[in-house]
Amino acid sequence: MTDTQSPAPLMEVRNLSKSYRVGGGHRLVAVDGISLSVMPGEMLGLVGESGCGKSTLGRCMLRLTDISAGQVMFEGRDITTLPERRLRPLRPRMQMVFQDSSACLNPRRRIGDLLAEPLRVHPGPDQRRRQAADIERRVRDLMELVSLPVAALTRYPHEFSGGQRQRINIARALALSPRLVVADEPVSALDVSVQAQIVNLFSDLRTRLGLTYVFVAHDLAVVRQVSTRVAVMYLGAIVEMGATDDVLHQPAHPYTAALTTAVPRPVVGATPPPPLGGDIPSPVNRPAGCRFHTRCPYVQDRCRMEAPVLRPIRPGHEAACHFPLPPS
Amino acid sequence: MCSLTHGCVMPADPTIPLLDVSDLCVSFPAGGRMVPIVEHVSFTLPEAGILGLVGESGSGKSVTAMAIMGLIDTPGVRVSGSVRFRGRELVGLPPRQIRRLRGRDIAMIFQDPMTAFTPVYTIGWQIDEQIRAHERISRTQARARTVRILGEMGVPDPERMARRYPHQLSGGLRQRAMIAMALSCNPTLLIADEPTTALDVTVQAQILDLIRSLRGTYGSSVLLITHDMGVVAQTCDSTLVLYSGRVAETGPSDRVFSHPGHPYTAALLDSIPPLYGPRPDRLPAIAGAPPVPMARPPGCAFGPRCAHVHAACTTTPPALLPLGPDHEAACVLPAEGTPLPPRTAADWPIDTIGDACP
Ligand SMILES: Nc1ncnc2c1ncn2[C@@H]1O[C@H](COP(=O)(O)OP(=O)(O)OP(=O)(O)O)[C@@H](O)[C@H]1O
Ligand SMILES: Nc1ncnc2c1ncn2[C@@H]1O[C@H](COP(=O)(O)OP(=O)(O)OP(=O)(O)O)[C@@H](O)[C@H]1O
Ligand code: SF4
Ligand code: SF4
Ligand SMILES: [Mg+2]
Ligand SMILES: [Mg+2]
Repeated sequence: MTDTQSPAPLMEVRNLSKSYRVGGGHRLVAVDGISLSVMPGEMLGLVGESGCGKSTLGRCMLRLTDISAGQVMFEGRDITTLPERRLRPLRPRMQMVFQDSSACLNPRRRIGDLLAEPLRVHPGPDQRRRQAADIERRVRDLMELVSLPVAALTRYPHEFSGGQRQRINIARALALSPRLVVADEPVSALDVSVQAQIVNLFSDLRTRLGLTYVFVAHDLAVVRQVSTRVAVMYLGAIVEMGATDDVLHQPAHPYTAALTTAVPRPVVGATPPPPLGGDIPSPVNRPAGCRFHTRCPYVQDRCRMEAPVLRPIRPGHEAACHFPLPPS
Repeated sequence: MCSLTHGCVMPADPTIPLLDVSDLCVSFPAGGRMVPIVEHVSFTLPEAGILGLVGESGSGKSVTAMAIMGLIDTPGVRVSGSVRFRGRELVGLPPRQIRRLRGRDIAMIFQDPMTAFTPVYTIGWQIDEQIRAHERISRTQARARTVRILGEMGVPDPERMARRYPHQLSGGLRQRAMIAMALSCNPTLLIADEPTTALDVTVQAQILDLIRSLRGTYGSSVLLITHDMGVVAQTCDSTLVLYSGRVAETGPSDRVFSHPGHPYTAALLDSIPPLYGPRPDRLPAIAGAPPVPMARPPGCAFGPRCAHVHAACTTTPPALLPLGPDHEAACVLPAEGTPLPPRTAADWPIDTIGDACP
């Protein structure tokens, strides 16, 4: 079905930047020259500060927003400037699960309609319009896939809890059997037991459907469970990237280390670590030198002047730091 | 207890709990009948206490919170039972009086930040207005406070951020703006519905620190709804586990985590993915889904998914029975002499190995 033998990346971004115009003639650089590739069948976990540009990066990858500079390649094809008309046939193969789950379900449509809509709009694999019976079957399958009762198809979004709505969103993104899914915090709103189901679901989807995904999440333990590789972002850039457990257990970048230490442990009586101090820089006015230097406990003079670039520090492990932490 | 700037409408009485919820029931009309969503929920929250409310999605956590706040306005909704805030009954209070309590004495952080802000005004303007609704201060003073709180929330460049519209902020920034709005009047009771869900763990740590310090600085109490068991363990004195609209277990957090009395609580704790140690192929998720509220089984609502279900579970919903001081669970096992085993350090790979890591 999918060509997993191919060594070519499914998604590749080169030097991607995205900035927004904000008040007072300022530009906010949300994504600042990111390069990365996602191989078929890979599960890339994307973590980082809130506001560091994860959602923006995801939207740029899927061309859901205009790109300020750089290139986006999907299935080996440059889609950076493709007009919407020519992107349309590609859309079913690249889908996004949005962060704000309640905001993207039309409150006046029943769940059944919401799930059927992409199936009605986009032709089937044979390029023909889908039959009503096929659509209905697919919709039922989707409900089962995300563990929702078929009886719920006639209900409206507001009748569901936040977590249930998130599962509807996931079902919607999967409706067209995409190759690449960018899942923007798909389990953040879920309790641990449903989260475990969805996390297992993502693992199954990869084995069963050969799905490739970029998984944005704040919960590092969840990211660990679903990712083969992890990229850590800070203020618009990737500061560390590598095999999941290498990055999470032997962080080389001080920001990654701060993240792993801050994970609240499910143990009563464990003293929470002191929060990361320092000035949180604004993306409108990025600090010179290393972007983390205003908060880094290991900052040195060189860090304030010279920006470190993402470079290999150990096999399959890159970090953007002048003084990477040694493996423990 | 309350901030000096606006005095206090209702003084603290040390003999009564700050919040006393008793037999709270909420049902919504659907398909021509009333569907019970929250059933007989009771708990108390002492002055300066932090209670964690956990439970599967759809179990009624937000509905419970909204009912306490008097914020459910769905036509035909039925709310019964009692919610006493410093002894004063809130259920049935006229909307105008409830509104006066909201924002000042009781503040809420909503699960969905977009519902807290209107898209047409800047977030700073909206926080300023919230402050000015409860206090007589000038626009400039209000803005100064807004900017200060946003800064405390770890919002970069708070002055400029205050001039932005909700859609121009990332999810996490919006959430922090909403927390700032809730905290702007130093509430006596803060109801926080998943306040840190959209935040990265370093910012989360900062916000939790702030929530904990609210109690230290203002003696505030917090009802914290979350599904992050780590957050509960680290922040909440006591824990209440909701399942399908009913209390499954409640008790001091250390007891609930080390000696869960309800199989659902134990299953929740088992589902937490480990950050360290071997990575399981699959997480031990609880099979199946919770019952739909209109078709709960006659006995224990967790029965259809429970590994320990037996005849005694299937007739009537099990009552909450005491397991220890302030610790109760709605399960027949302890009374039958077969309580769940306590959890051991081996159940926490994250704990045993975590300390060795940076
Ligand atoms: N439409 C917009 N106009 C102006 N600024 C924006 C817009 N959308 C996002 N931003 C800004 O771009 C930056 C990155 O936002 P983005 O939503 O990508 O962050 P994120 O990493 O997904 O954060 P979170 O974890 O909080 O969701 C933030 O500073 C945000 O305020
Ligand atoms: N206005 C409403 N009308 C009818 N049913 C509702 C309404 N609001 C909520 N419900 C139902 O009540 C139940 C509990 O919803 P609630 O939002 O309280 O769940 P929750 O525990 O907060 O879940 P989550 O963790 O997903 O936020 C759900 O089954 C939901 O469908
Ligand atoms: S380059 Fe310097 S300031 Fe930046 S992360 Fe490394 S040690 Fe810290
Ligand atoms: S009462 Fe029975 S079914 Fe319910 S949790 Fe206890 S053992 Fe399981
Ligand atoms: Mg985001
Ligand atoms: Mg909720």
